[in-house]
Amino acid sequence: MHVLKLIFKNAFRHKLRTFLTVLGVTIAILAFGLLRTVISAWYAGVEASSASRLVTRNAVSLIFPLPLSYREKIRQIEGVKGVSYGTWFGGIYIDEKNFFANYAMEPKTYLEMYPEIIIPPDHMAAFLRDRKGAVAGRKLVERFGWKIGDIITLKGTIFPGNWDFVLRGIYRGRDNTVDETAFFFQWDYLNETLKKAGRSWTGQVGWYLIVIRDPGIAADVSLRIDKTFKNSLAETLTETEKAFQLSFIAMSEAIVIAIQLVSFVIIFIIMAVVANTMAMTARERIGEYAVFKTLGFGGLHISGLIFGESMVITMTGGVLGILLTFPAAKIFSETLSAYFPVFNVATETIYMDIAASFLVASIAGIFPAWRAVNIRIADGLRRIG
Amino acid sequence: MSSRPLIVRIRNLFKSYRRGSQMLPVLNDISLDIEEAEFMALMGPSGSGKTTLLNLIAGIDRADSGTITVGGLDITTLSETELAGWRANHVGFIFQFYNLIPVLTAFENVELPLLLSGLSKKERISHVETALRMVNLSDRMDHYPGQLSGGQQQRVAIARAVVTDPTILVADEPTGDLDRVSAEDILELMERLVHELGKTVIMVTHDPRAANKAHVISHLDKGVLNARPQADF
Repeated sequence: MHVLKLIFKNAFRHKLRTFLTVLGVTIAILAFGLLRTVISAWYAGVEASSASRLVTRNAVSLIFPLPLSYREKIRQIEGVKGVSYGTWFGGIYIDEKNFFANYAMEPKTYLEMYPEIIIPPDHMAAFLRDRKGAVAGRKLVERFGWKIGDIITLKGTIFPGNWDFVLRGIYRGRDNTVDETAFFFQWDYLNETLKKAGRSWTGQVGWYLIVIRDPGIAADVSLRIDKTFKNSLAETLTETEKAFQLSFIAMSEAIVIAIQLVSFVIIFIIMAVVANTMAMTARERIGEYAVFKTLGFGGLHISGLIFGESMVITMTGGVLGILLTFPAAKIFSETLSAYFPVFNVATETIYMDIAASFLVASIAGIFPAWRAVNIRIADGLRRIG
Repeated sequence: MSSRPLIVRIRNLFKSYRRGSQMLPVLNDISLDIEEAEFMALMGPSGSGKTTLLNLIAGIDRADSGTITVGGLDITTLSETELAGWRANHVGFIFQFYNLIPVLTAFENVELPLLLSGLSKKERISHVETALRMVNLSDRMDHYPGQLSGGQQQRVAIARAVVTDPTILVADEPTGDLDRVSAEDILELMERLVHELGKTVIMVTHDPRAANKAHVISHLDKGVLNARPQADF
């Protein structure tokens, strides 16, 4: 009874110092949570990928195309259930800062391979009917205030010119791990326009998306596909969708590692701040701890008081930091939706926040507790007066 | 001298402190007997070793050699943990600066030593109320130390010292921080503890008026003890 009261009262004895320490912990946990969420967002595509989907691309690089004729050959390979294809378009909407992913794909089969993408049947039917039709994610539509039937013009970067699309459908994700900021249109529209203009990439695709019968045979099927096109003009590299996504992340791995390091540095800094607060506190109260020892309270009680106080201060800041992470992440997500289409605070991030707060509180209390427990009572009492 | 049973028996006690590379002897072959329900004053100049002797009797410091037997138990043989438990049950402390916990009320301060006693909450409340009634502070039990005068704080400290019904009470300059009237009150209260409750009180003081309340005055000088019983004891 008294012990808890004492811990809480002690924690708020120096209101300004405690307020500043709690504020520091709050900001640190908030920053830690946001950085961990950035890392999660980086891996969102990997998390959302399916084990039964493979991606086949040009073995040299993704920027080189593959012939459309590979489609039938891939379909006949043992273990393949379905094949579709797409091409990165890389168009710009009005200004470069309005970046969003946009690509051409075979409309029927491609979207069938993504059950996590939900399109109302009437939108899908309208999309399939209109060669210049496009489907956009819910968040993207909200971002630019588009409506069904709007004409959206993208300025081509890989494929020069202004390209007009009619918004025929809006999709939403099955859950919050699905990117709702992408823009799809029909590959035929791209191909026919390129053909009319007599440009390269006619009859070429950027990648093939393959659904296999069983995730367990992914390695075998990948090998069979690549073997089929060995020594051809466009050799292929087939990998799971997860590995394909990871290969993108690998390009920016240094940034991810830097963010991870910064997140841990933040925790280390706040650990030093809380340890300093606790050291000052314990030094000021060494006389009181001596009185407790005089009255018969042992090292466990004294340590409990110090660790308890450290926990109250740190956990108050930790809880505030966690609570603020959600609105902060929402603002972050809205501001940077072009770069982080999926920006959700994961449960693991909250657990890491709690663990970090607990670790900070525990480590910050070690030295003051050791000092208070080991000081001679007579020396402690001499500090009073 | 009366022939009451001995409560404290000290034999051949030595204590020294290290200062840098030097050992400074503080207590030199001290032997002392204190009877039950005796009020003893320890006097002497600053640095004579009186607080050190008090701390050794109370089990909050360790002697270099010698024995200290309190209530039949040689406390020099106890471990730190055993000594902490022994202090909780057998020693009541009264300090010069009261040493109350500022964030606890008078009631909670007095209840503090009872938290180690295993008593039920009801029993603790009863003990605390009795102790505070005895020091005439029943109407101040919800006050924080900061809301009490020095004399009242010292009375709370005395209530805290007696609430566990200890074998001995040790007081280090209990009137040193008080005005004359409050000091008189505290000394009267300590006399009452001896006469009415039969407590043994060992008090370190510089104040001859305070020492005159004691049955026995022991003088420490340069680590050597000379005891002198008061005429009316």
